[in-house]
Amino acid sequence: MSTEPDRTSKPRKQIHLAAHFPGVNNTTVWSDPRSGSHIRFDSFRRFAQIAERAKFDFLFLAEGLRLREQNGEIYDLDVVGRPDTFTVLAALAAVTDRLGLAGTINSTFNEPYEVARQFASLDHLSAGRAAWNVVTSWDAFTGENFRRGGYLEQDQRYERARSFLHATQTLFDSWHGDEIADDKATGAFLAEPEPGRFSVHDAFFDIEGQFNVPRSPQGRPVIFQAGDSEQGREFAAAEADAIFSRHGTKDAGQAFYADVKDRMAKYGRDRDQLKVLPAATFVLGETDAEAQELAKEIRHQQVSGQTAIRFLEQLWNRDLSSYDPDGPLPEIDPDLGEHTVARGRASVRMHRDPLETAREWRELAERKNYSIRELIIEVTGRQNFIGSARTIADTLDDYVQSDASDGFILVPHITPDGLGEFADKVVPLLQEKGVFRTEYEGTTLREHLGLRPLPRRDARSTAAEPTVSQTPEGVAA
Amino acid sequence: MTQQQIHLAVALDGAGWHQAAWREPDAVAAAELFGAAYWLDQVRRAEEAALDFVTFEDGLPLQPDGQVRGRLDASLIAARVAPLTSHVGLVPTITTTHTEPFHVSKVLATLDYASTGRAGWRPRLGALGEVGLPGAPRDEAPLFGRRTPVPYVELFAEAADHVEVVRRLWDSWEDDAEIRDAATGRFVDREKLHYIDFTGPHFSVRGPSITPRPPQGQPPVIALAHQSDAYTFAARSADVVLVTPQSTGGIAPIVQEIRTAQAAAGRAEQPLLVFGEFVVFLDEDPKAAIARKERLDETAGEAFRSDAPVFVGSPDELAEQLELWAQYGLDGFRLRPAAVPHDLDAITTRLVPRLRELGLFRQAYTADTLRGHLGLERPANRYAAVAAA
Repeated sequence: MSTEPDRTSKPRKQIHLAAHFPGVNNTTVWSDPRSGSHIRFDSFRRFAQIAERAKFDFLFLAEGLRLREQNGEIYDLDVVGRPDTFTVLAALAAVTDRLGLAGTINSTFNEPYEVARQFASLDHLSAGRAAWNVVTSWDAFTGENFRRGGYLEQDQRYERARSFLHATQTLFDSWHGDEIADDKATGAFLAEPEPGRFSVHDAFFDIEGQFNVPRSPQGRPVIFQAGDSEQGREFAAAEADAIFSRHGTKDAGQAFYADVKDRMAKYGRDRDQLKVLPAATFVLGETDAEAQELAKEIRHQQVSGQTAIRFLEQLWNRDLSSYDPDGPLPEIDPDLGEHTVARGRASVRMHRDPLETAREWRELAERKNYSIRELIIEVTGRQNFIGSARTIADTLDDYVQSDASDGFILVPHITPDGLGEFADKVVPLLQEKGVFRTEYEGTTLREHLGLRPLPRRDARSTAAEPTVSQTPEGVAA
Repeated sequence: MTQQQIHLAVALDGAGWHQAAWREPDAVAAAELFGAAYWLDQVRRAEEAALDFVTFEDGLPLQPDGQVRGRLDASLIAARVAPLTSHVGLVPTITTTHTEPFHVSKVLATLDYASTGRAGWRPRLGALGEVGLPGAPRDEAPLFGRRTPVPYVELFAEAADHVEVVRRLWDSWEDDAEIRDAATGRFVDREKLHYIDFTGPHFSVRGPSITPRPPQGQPPVIALAHQSDAYTFAARSADVVLVTPQSTGGIAPIVQEIRTAQAAAGRAEQPLLVFGEFVVFLDEDPKAAIARKERLDETAGEAFRSDAPVFVGSPDELAEQLELWAQYGLDGFRLRPAAVPHDLDAITTRLVPRLRELGLFRQAYTADTLRGHLGLERPANRYAAVAAA
């Protein structure tokens, strides 16, 4: 099928934009004097208020439940430390009116009843702006911080995650929304004497009782899926409202977009009821050339010599601290044994075939005469959009109109004000093009995303088995 | 003689503590109990009166029929009001029986950041407390499922372990751990991050927290206690203990028991404030208060019962009673308004001015943090002390 949309007959798609508060990785250039706190609430407030001023759809938080380690020590080169997701989102609901509030919450180290309570509460307290990016962790390393530990086998973790999602959906649907009678005369607080009744009995949960949070404004949080696996795509097509994808290039984006949207018809869903939103970074300049220069500078700040060695160690699975980052790559091969060097980060698992990757890196370094640091700067590149405001606005629009995505989840490299120039310079151009809202039209996140209100579900649909993505950071570690 | 000042807090729950409070003509519409505005309004009233803190009740089961049914997560209500208030302490109730200490620690640390130093915590055992009374918690375990239930007798020990882990995690970052040292490329000094390595019969936690040490260092832990097990728990784990003597004669034995337990726990030198509790029905004319309580009871179809003593009368009479009870060894009081807004307003606009006239309560806030209101120093970090030794 053609990936080029027919622009004569199709209305221009509206772009969805979100702001990802930077997590604990080397995206953030913390040494920049403009770089503020990643923990004080004022940073979150400012970040959220910039996003809302720019009429963004939502703010996004990733997750990591144990401080990362490398070579047996806490990793100290990136930002370390983050707040509790639910608590920050609830506080942000107080200082914003329309901005959606999306949190990555793990299904491994929580229980369905409490997660359902927290999201339903957040949705009430934000008047319908909550979203949940569902992830699961795999590691006993993170499990050491929790009662349950990391006791589940790999396949069981997926099973438990599916069961977990099923259970929370059951809880969200246990109130229908019309129970509150408030009949002061008769004393009937509720019209329904036994609301919230639920029961889930499967291999992982034996829970039953009555849920104690009335149905929230959106019915349930908007559901995000962040995985890229076959099951992940199928789940997204069947059940998710949005996908946090990693396909940053246009070609890969179009292929992914077509793939997941094509899967929707068999679940009776319309293609516009699932938003594909890749993570994206940007570097703005007065001119394209200036932006390119700036981007190069930022990459050097993001990847110091020390950081480059640490990245290399993650592939090599060896202590490489004696290597010179400005020198050539190690001649020794990666250790293919159990991964022991780096723990608590997602990127470790991205090197499926370390020997092959090392071979490619060596070849690239040789061809371009790269040092370790130069190589790492190139192969860990994270900048998607570089240019003048006009160039970036045109490129974003082109991606969306070409069905490479429905929008973007932007992560700036300066916290909290790095989004400001995007808001001031790029957003007005998108608005001029008529592809981005100038005012919020609805009040809930579902409305911002163009998602239809949820039908009440008396009996749970069993059309698809939900799956979740598997990363400790949630996304974009 | 200068009168010792008292501390004052209010306990927020539903439409008030009487089961028929939601049926009062001035009660908010039921749906508003599940929105932010109602809670913000109550907390602001408390803050205008310069109260030490407000508590937010919580529980996992759905309340039985005949009262408000349904509730929002207390820690999220507290977070929602935090940025819009500036002084009053915010103390959510969170159970220790089913929750993860790691999560609870960062929830409260984050509340402390969002409120710039006003977070506290009322730890509560699951499915325990006001057994047999209206509103008694139903069994919570089936809601959570398969986790091996902890025998009743071990719940307090588990709670103490839970608080211990939460406190260690708060200290797992030294205050100056974030260094942002561009010269060495290090964001943190990892020597100032500490594994807590807690191992107990019910859970083990490695640490450090993912959240840096909260602004207060250690947000106050505030425990409600009715009997010996709970006194022992509070003596070991709390900064403030809320007690329910039914008369002045009941105060001294309870305080004595708590002090003995405190010494046994090796905390004799640590501050532990003892607050009394009252459910209050307040009207200018004491007869009106009695009549109102009778009317509420009649509406409910049963007499009001509570684990705490019930005060029915005028704000002036209550002020005198608080003054008297304080002289028997109480540092302050947590009041539970029987009906909101009526009794909450009576506390903030009538009782508080009267206490001020008597020289018993602050004219205005003199501190910015909850520890500050309670007269508690910002504590040293236990791990920093070890490192320095």
